[in-house]
Amino acid sequence: MGAAGEEPITRGGGTGTGHPARRDPVVVMGGIRKSFGPVEVLHGVDFEVLPGEVHVLAGENGAGKSTLIKILSGVYDDFSGELFVNGRSQRFAHPNEAARAGIATIHQELSLVSSMSVADNLFLGREVTRRLGRVDFAFHESETERILTQTDLDISPRQLVEELPISSQQTLEIARALARDASVIIFDEPTSALNEREVDSLFQRIVELRRRGRGIVYITHKIEEIYRLADRITVLRDGRLVGTAAANDLPPQQLVKWMVGRDLGRGGKRRRAFFPHEAALEVLELGVAHPTRRSRSVVEGVSFNLRQGEIVGLAGLQGSGTSEVLHALFGALGRRVAGRVRLCGEPFPLRGARESIERGVVLLTNDRKSLGLAPELNVTHSVSLAGLSRFCNLVGWVRREEERETVRAVAEQFRLAAPSFDAPVRTLSGGNQQKVYLARCLLPQPRVLLLDEPTRGIDVGAKADIYELMRAWVGQGIAILLITSEMDELLALCDRILVMHRGRIAVELARETASKDAVLSAAMGLTGNSERGGVT
Amino acid sequence: MSPAWRVKLTVWWTTPVARALLALLLMIAIGGIFNAEGAFFRWSVHRDMLRQVSVHGMLACGMTVVIITAGIDLSVSSLLALAAVSFAWLTLPQGWPAVLAIPLVLAFGTALGSASGALVARLRIQPFIVTLAMMVFARGLAKVISGGRKITNYVTEADGTTRVVDLPAIFGIIDSKVLSGNLSIVTIIFLLCVLVTWIVLSRLRLGRHIYAVGGNEEAARLSGVPVRRTLIAAYALSGLFAAVAGICQAAQETHGDPETGMAYELDAIAMVVIGGTTLAGGKGSVVLTLIGVLTIGYLQKILSLNAAPEATRLMLTGAIIICAVLFQRGKA
Repeated sequence: MGAAGEEPITRGGGTGTGHPARRDPVVVMGGIRKSFGPVEVLHGVDFEVLPGEVHVLAGENGAGKSTLIKILSGVYDDFSGELFVNGRSQRFAHPNEAARAGIATIHQELSLVSSMSVADNLFLGREVTRRLGRVDFAFHESETERILTQTDLDISPRQLVEELPISSQQTLEIARALARDASVIIFDEPTSALNEREVDSLFQRIVELRRRGRGIVYITHKIEEIYRLADRITVLRDGRLVGTAAANDLPPQQLVKWMVGRDLGRGGKRRRAFFPHEAALEVLELGVAHPTRRSRSVVEGVSFNLRQGEIVGLAGLQGSGTSEVLHALFGALGRRVAGRVRLCGEPFPLRGARESIERGVVLLTNDRKSLGLAPELNVTHSVSLAGLSRFCNLVGWVRREEERETVRAVAEQFRLAAPSFDAPVRTLSGGNQQKVYLARCLLPQPRVLLLDEPTRGIDVGAKADIYELMRAWVGQGIAILLITSEMDELLALCDRILVMHRGRIAVELARETASKDAVLSAAMGLTGNSERGGVT
Repeated sequence: MSPAWRVKLTVWWTTPVARALLALLLMIAIGGIFNAEGAFFRWSVHRDMLRQVSVHGMLACGMTVVIITAGIDLSVSSLLALAAVSFAWLTLPQGWPAVLAIPLVLAFGTALGSASGALVARLRIQPFIVTLAMMVFARGLAKVISGGRKITNYVTEADGTTRVVDLPAIFGIIDSKVLSGNLSIVTIIFLLCVLVTWIVLSRLRLGRHIYAVGGNEEAARLSGVPVRRTLIAAYALSGLFAAVAGICQAAQETHGDPETGMAYELDAIAMVVIGGTTLAGGKGSVVLTLIGVLTIGYLQKILSLNAAPEATRLMLTGAIIICAVLFQRGKA
């Protein structure tokens, strides 16, 4: 199994079913059209999946990937065109029907009931009953035990799902799909919540599924992942099929061009800092206590300076304390935080979000959905929320014209595509929602931006826009502290990189000496002086 | 009609206001059909309907604000009774002038509303529980102040003698009509409450904060919204409107009754929901509530004009709440 993980491109293997092109496809979709009201979003898309292949479905946000997948998995049934699963023409009226026909979806947001046990989740909706409808829990448990042994999860069937880490929950979902004997498994951006080691084990599992002859549809934005996994790639753009190609025949530049419809140039040019000596943020011996066990700490002895016009990266594996540092500096962790911070030379007491924003320190969290946007708030109000005081008089009367114009100007910078500025943000695509969230952070005219995964889950085009903006901001003297899980982004954007390991800064890398290897080995605790404490 | 117009109209149809208005127009059309031998076409019928929904409507204004914060305020009916009793007690046995009594009662209602808000915001108790407790507590307090009886202008002294005081002019003023008898004062007060609510919700920073807190409390906090203050302000506003409604109720009944306004909070919630403001919070408006108030008002009026028995009225109201909500969702 381990060998398969290292050589993901090799096909077939154990089952020996021969070249994929000669096998009958498990899914054939032909000329799929789908409209929402008067707007057609899919204009005749063809798509097929062979058994034993990983078929990556790529495209920018709003390209129609999700819609296509929702048709396949039974969420939408009002489409035109043909859908064959295992050779039978289908039109699923409900996701349950699709599941019965052998289609399983592993969502970005997991669909387990967190307050129920592992066994209860595996049998949810298809409970095995005895006489009088009595549920056969004993059978559930023994069967779950059997399914779990096929995975490498070392958990009890009785354990509650909420007690498991996200990666185990995802494994469990895959196990559930297997238990239902799915022939097609759809992965919808499964890695967005995983760290690198978890991603590796997920990929191993996917390769294993491919070996067993399942058809796998994999949706992702991450170019790197595409080439680690894909046998074939289908690209959609604006609801149309751009093309389907074998992964070996489609070089990355060509793929990006297919997705975006234009050349992006080389992302991430090297950049000069303009304000080299003015310290924007001076952090001394920052510590953060564990949320429940106060005697333990998740961040300890972190000291560093952040200068104006500088982008400093904060790298580290999940649980290394990077996000906590950002939240602490924003004042959002209250009494859990120890240490001294100075903002532009003055003491900065970390008293809470409101005061931080007033003084020019703004945080973008890595969780747009639960910590970022209110879905029903319209675009204008979402953007202006944090900087509203600018448009208010003493009693809090909002000067709406001024507000609207400012928001419009900022939105233009961001190349925000919204049907209307009065529409709720939930109607926007993920990338545009992220732009709204970023625009909100910029409106209070910050001096320090704390950005936690600013490009998570957004498409290549929007990413390029955001990089360009970040460079413009530091050009104006804004200081940025950046967390990103994408190594290329980290190396391309940052002037310096602080690598954290177990709550301490393990090493500081200048951009000239930073490399993927240096960052990774420090993050894993192999190099650097994490035992002695932070580096200043 | 040009295509551009048609598109605009199609889009407008799907807005909550359009749907709420359509439901209201439907209700009025039904009134036109079952017009009780032309009674429905007399303005006085509409005027009376407006007067009858006014007190409920004032409660619905505050309820709208609280519901947008993703909360609920069950205490409004009891606060109404408490305000009615306090107002009657101050003006009748105590003989206070209205100019002093009214601000004091309003402040009292606001203070109790703020207390609910503080429990919700600071101690993180669920709004349903907090305001349920406040509902019971305020009803009890109303009975303490009134001694469990109606406070009328027949005042019993400590020595057991009874004297009669003149009903202060304010009672008559609130219960009168203007525009040669075509509009009740309470209706004007109700419309003022709607206006105040509208200004708060769509013109003030506080309103933005209310929507943001209701839509995503944690996101609002991280955006620098003073979440606690916003929540307290929402419940305080609800308490204020309940006090206004209580004064109007006392004036119309010419006494302060500790048992008055029973279950009004449910009418207020129904009015808000029929308008299209959802209990999930983060969206809705007082304009929708105004339409909801009128829809329920017309429903009651049409049923009473056609002499529908009480039982039928209740059952129909229940059914119509469900229909209205489904219609709002566009599934009817």
